Amino acid sequence: MVNMDCDMENDHSEEMDMEVLSSMWPEDINEEGKRFNLEKPGADHDMLEGVKLKEEAVDFNRLVDLTTYSEKGSSQLSNLVKSWEYKQANAVRLLREELDSLSKQQKKVELKKLEMIEEHRFEEHKYGGNKRPVSVLDGIYDIWQEAPRRKNDVVVHDQRPEVEAEYDTLIFWKQRAIHLQKLLEASMQREQIALEKLQESIQNLERQSSPVEELSQVLRRADNYLHFVLQNAPVVIGHQDNELRYRFIYNHFPTLGEQEIIGKTDVEIFTGGGVKESQDFKREVLERGVAAKREITFETELFGSKTFLIYVEPVFSKAGETIGVNYMGMDVTDQVRKREKMAQLREEIAVQKAKETELNKSIHITEETMRAKQMLATMSHEIRSPLAGVVSMAEILSTSKLDKEQRQLLSVMLSSGDLVLQLINDILDLSKVESGVMRLEATKFRPREVVKHVLQTAAASLQKILTLEGHITDDVPVEVIGDVLRIRQILTNLISNAIKFTHEGKVGIKLYVLHDPCACKQGESPNVTYTDEQTVPVKGRTDHSALSTSKSRSDQKDFNGQNHGEVPFQNHGQNEVTRNPLQNGASTNGDREEYPPHETTVWIRCDVYDTGIGIPEKALPTLFNKYMQAGADTARKYGGTGLGLAICKQLVELMGGQLTVSSREHHGSVFTFILPYKVSTMCDSSDDPDEFRDMIGHDAANDMNDDDTNSGFFKFEPRTLGPIFSASGPGRSQMLRPNGFGLSAINTRIGYPQDSSSLPSGNNTPKDICLIEDACSEVDVTETSPEPESSLMYSPECNNKISIGKEHTTHNGENSQLKISNMNACNTSERCKDVLDMTKIRDPQAMRQMQPMLERSSECTSNDSRDIPKATSKPKILLVEDTRINVIVARSMMKQLGHEIVVVNNGVEAVRAIHSSNYDIVFMDLYMPLMDGLEATRLIRSFEETGNWEAAIKAGVEFDVSPSNSFTNGQEYKSSRKRIPIIAMTANALSESADECYANGMDSFIPKPVTLNNLRQCFKQYLPAFL
Amino acid sequence: MDVINQLQRQYVDFLSSLYREGLLDDQFLQIQKLQDESNPEFVNEVVTLFFEDSEKLLHNLAIALDQQLVDYKKVDACVHQFKGSSSSIGAQRVRNICVSFRTCYDAKNLEGCLRCLQQLKDEYYLVKNKLQTLFKLEQQILAAGGVIPIMG
Repeated sequence: MVNMDCDMENDHSEEMDMEVLSSMWPEDINEEGKRFNLEKPGADHDMLEGVKLKEEAVDFNRLVDLTTYSEKGSSQLSNLVKSWEYKQANAVRLLREELDSLSKQQKKVELKKLEMIEEHRFEEHKYGGNKRPVSVLDGIYDIWQEAPRRKNDVVVHDQRPEVEAEYDTLIFWKQRAIHLQKLLEASMQREQIALEKLQESIQNLERQSSPVEELSQVLRRADNYLHFVLQNAPVVIGHQDNELRYRFIYNHFPTLGEQEIIGKTDVEIFTGGGVKESQDFKREVLERGVAAKREITFETELFGSKTFLIYVEPVFSKAGETIGVNYMGMDVTDQVRKREKMAQLREEIAVQKAKETELNKSIHITEETMRAKQMLATMSHEIRSPLAGVVSMAEILSTSKLDKEQRQLLSVMLSSGDLVLQLINDILDLSKVESGVMRLEATKFRPREVVKHVLQTAAASLQKILTLEGHITDDVPVEVIGDVLRIRQILTNLISNAIKFTHEGKVGIKLYVLHDPCACKQGESPNVTYTDEQTVPVKGRTDHSALSTSKSRSDQKDFNGQNHGEVPFQNHGQNEVTRNPLQNGASTNGDREEYPPHETTVWIRCDVYDTGIGIPEKALPTLFNKYMQAGADTARKYGGTGLGLAICKQLVELMGGQLTVSSREHHGSVFTFILPYKVSTMCDSSDDPDEFRDMIGHDAANDMNDDDTNSGFFKFEPRTLGPIFSASGPGRSQMLRPNGFGLSAINTRIGYPQDSSSLPSGNNTPKDICLIEDACSEVDVTETSPEPESSLMYSPECNNKISIGKEHTTHNGENSQLKISNMNACNTSERCKDVLDMTKIRDPQAMRQMQPMLERSSECTSNDSRDIPKATSKPKILLVEDTRINVIVARSMMKQLGHEIVVVNNGVEAVRAIHSSNYDIVFMDLYMPLMDGLEATRLIRSFEETGNWEAAIKAGVEFDVSPSNSFTNGQEYKSSRKRIPIIAMTANALSESADECYANGMDSFIPKPVTLNNLRQCFKQYLPAFL
Repeated sequence: MDVINQLQRQYVDFLSSLYREGLLDDQFLQIQKLQDESNPEFVNEVVTLFFEDSEKLLHNLAIALDQQLVDYKKVDACVHQFKGSSSSIGAQRVRNICVSFRTCYDAKNLEGCLRCLQQLKDEYYLVKNKLQTLFKLEQQILAAGGVIPIMG
C-alpha cells in the first residue's frame, strides 16, 4: 500500500511538473500571438527594437476612452482578461491536485498514528506526558493556492519500526518507544518542511506578475509586430471620432505633423478634389453604421493626384451608438493607372476589332460585288458571245445558197436566236441593276425624238390593226439630259407590252411636265378613257425627253433609206400638221423659247396607255416581280419571260423615278413613270433646223416629220401601217404584190433590226448591212427592169433584201427624189459594174438597165442639193483610224469607190479636223490611243448642238485656231453645224457595242473588217448626193 | 503556156487550201480586188505592212507579258491592233486567236495570255509562210508572163 502510494505520488508529481511547464510565458502567449501571427515570440523583441514609431500620432485619452467605452475596445480587453483567467485557473487546479495528494498522505499518516496509539495505549498512558499530538497535515491543508514546485522531497518513507527485542519485554517497549519517537520527529520534520514550502509558495504567488502588466506586454508585442509589418506599406490607418476629427493616424510617409492632424477633420487638413468626397463617404458610413470600401481620387496640393482605396468601418459604443470610424486607406494610384490603361487598351482593342470586322465586312462585300461583276462578265462572255456567234453564223448562212425549206428553217433559227439573245440581255440587265453594276449615262437627248422613234419602231413590227400615238405637251423641253438608252429601253418595253396585250384600239405615249412631281394623280393620262381604274399609286415621272430625242435622230436615219415604218407616218403627219412643212427652224425656235431657261431639273411624266385586255386587280401587286405575269394563262397565251416590267421598274428606280400602273380589266392599262431630267441651259435653237435641213433634200416627207417632232403629236394609223408594217395587214399585200416579191420574210427581217436597236440603221450584224445594201442595189435593178423575172432572178435567199429594197422603191414611186437618191449609188458606170460584181449580179439585162438610171440619178441629185454644199463632185471624207493596215485598206477601198479620204489617227485629231474643216462623213474607229472614237463623237456632237467646242476643250483637245474664227464665216458656221454622219468602225459586232455607238451619237456602224460593200452602203445611205 | 497554166493551177490550189484551212478569209479577196493597174503592188504592200506591224506587236506583247506586273492595257492595245490588222487582210486564224486572247487578258489570266501569245506566234508565222509562198508563186507566174488568176 505504501508502495502504491508512493507510485501515485510519483505520477502526480510528474504531471504537476508538466503542468507547470506548460503554463510558462512563452507557451502561454502563443494564444495571443496567434491572433497577431506572431511566430517566434522570443525573437520579436530584438527585431522590433530598431523600429521607430514616430509616424504614429495618438490621442491617448481617446484610446482610453475607446478601450473603455467602445465595444471593440472592451472585447479586446475581455479577451486578454479571459486568457489571464484561464492561466490562473490552471494554476489553481494544479495546486488543488497537490493539496489532494498532500491530504491523502496526511490521512495515511494519521491512520498510522491511530494504529500506533491503539497498539500502545498502554505505553502511551505511561508516556502520555511525552506525547505531543501534532497534526502534520492540518497546516498543509490550510494553504491554498500554493503552486507545488517539488514533489520528491515530499515523499514519505513508510517504514515499519523494526524491533529486535522480544515482544512485550521492557527492552522491547523501550526500543519501540524510541522508534516511535524517531517517527514522530520525522513527521514533525516533514510538517516543518511542508510549512516552509507553503510559505515559499505564497511568496511565489506574490511574486507572480499582475494581469495588467501581462496584458500590456502582449499589447506591446502586437503593436510592435504591427509596426514591423506596416512600416513600408503604403497605407494610412486612422481613427476618427463622430465628428470625423482624427484621433489617431498612422501614416508611414507623413507630410504633416501630429498636431496638424489630430483633432481635425479631412476638410480642415487638405483642400482639393476628393477630400470632400472622402469626408462624405466617412460620414455616410458613420450614419449608416455599415462598413464600406470606396476608391477615391484625391487631387490635392499636398500630395498631388493620388487614388486611395479607402475602407471605413464604424465604431460602436457599448450602447450601440456610433462613436467614430476606423479608417484605412491604401494608395492604389499605380494600380488605377494601370487599370485605366488596361481599360483604354481594351477599348482600343475593341475598336480595332470592330474596325477589323467592318473592314472584313466591306472586303467581303467588295469581293461579293467583284464576284457578281465577274459573274456578269462571264455570263456575257460565256453565253452571249457564243450565241452571237451562232446567230451571226446563221445570218451568214442565210446569205449563201439555200433552198426554200432551208431558208425557212434558218429564219426560225434566227428569230429564236434573237429571242434568246434578247432574253439573256434582259437577265443581264436585271442582274446588272440589282448588283449595282449598271451605270447610267447622262447624255443630251430629245424626248420627242425618242417617243417618235419608239413608236415608229413599234409600228414597224406591228402585226395588228392598232393606232399608235404620241402626245408631247409643249412644256416638255426639246432637249434634256438623261440616259437615253435606258429610257428608250423602258419605253420600248412598255410599248411592246402594250401592243402585245392590245388587240384593237390604240396604244400611245404621253409626255408632260410635272410642275409638282409629288402632286400627280392617277388618271391624268390623256386619251385614256377610264378614269376610275383600280387604284394604282401613280408616282412615276415621265421622261418625255428621252423619248423624243431618239425620235428625231431616228427620223433622220430612217429617211436615209432604211426605215419603212416612217413612210406612212410621214404621210399621216403631212395631213395633220399645218405647220410649215419645209421648215423646221422657225417652229422649233418658237417652241423652245417657251421653256424657262433657268430651270435645271424637270420632272417629266410618261404615260404608256393602251386599250388592251387590262390587268386583273389581283395581279397588280406582283406585276413588277421578276418572272411574273398577270396569270398563268396569260403567260401561255402571250409568252414572254416576265422580265420586261421588272427591268423597267428597276431601271426607272435606278434613275430616281417611279413606275406605276393602273388598269381596268378589258379596258386597258396605263403604265406611268415619272423621272427627273436635267435640262441643259444652253439651248442651241439653231441646231434643229440645221439638222433637219440636212435631210430635206432627200425627201419632202422629211420635212413633215420634223414638224411632227416639234409639234409633239404623232399618230400611226393602222391603215397606213398596214401595207408597210404588218404582214397580216390587207394593205401590205396590195402594195407589194404588184411587184411580185416574196413577202413571207419581210416581217422578221424588218422586225429584227428595229427591235434590237432603236435605230433602223443599227442592224447589229454585218449581214444586215450587207443585206440592205444588196437590197438597194438590187432594187434599183428590179425597179427599172421591165420584166417581172428580174426580181425572181434572185434566189429565195434574197427575199428579205428584195423586199426591203422594194419598199424603197415603192416609196420612190411616190416620191421621185427618194428613188433617185437610191440610184445615186451607181454614179458611174464603172461603179455600177462594181456593184454588180460585188453582188454577183450577172444579168446583163440588169446591167443595161443601170445606165438610164444613173443618168437620172445625177439629174436628181443636182435638183436636190439645195442645202447640200455646192461642191457635189467629191464628198469630204474623214477616216479616223490608227492601224496602218486598216488605213491603207480603207483608203484603197475608198479609192475604188471614187473617193479621196483624209486620214487622222485618233480621236483628238478627228476633233481638230472637224474643227478646222468641214466633212460630209466621218468613219471612226472606236479604239484608238489618246481619245477613242466614242468620245470624239460625243465632242463633235456637242459642238453641233451647242455651236461651241467647249466640251472638246474641256476634254483636253487643243485647237490651232481659236474656235471663234470658224464663226466669223457665216457659211462655214452654218455648214459646220450640220449633223455630220459619223459611222463607227468596230470589230465587236455585238449589240452592246452598237448600243454604245448610238448612245454616243454615232449614226451607224460598219463591222470590221471593212468591206467594199459596207462602205458603199454607207455612202448610199449617208451621202446619196455624191454618188 | 503549160508552165503558166501549171503555175496558175498551183496558185489556185494553194490559195484555195489557204481558204479551206481557214488561214485566210474573204477579206483577203477584198484586198486582192483592190489591186489594179493603178496599184499593182497593193496586196504585197498591205501584207508586208502586216508583217512589219505584226512582228512589232508580237515583240511588244512578249515584252509586256514578261513584266513583273503585266500592264493589261498595253496587252489590250497590242492585241486590239493585231486583231484589226489581221482581220483587215483576212488572216482569219490569227484574228480568232486575238479574240480568245482577249478573254484571257480580260480575266487577267497570265498563263492563258502566254499560251495565246504562243498560238498567235505560231499562227502568224504559219500564215506569213503561206503568204510568202503565195507571193513567190505570183512572182513565178508573172515572170513566166502569166496573169494571176482571180479567185471567188
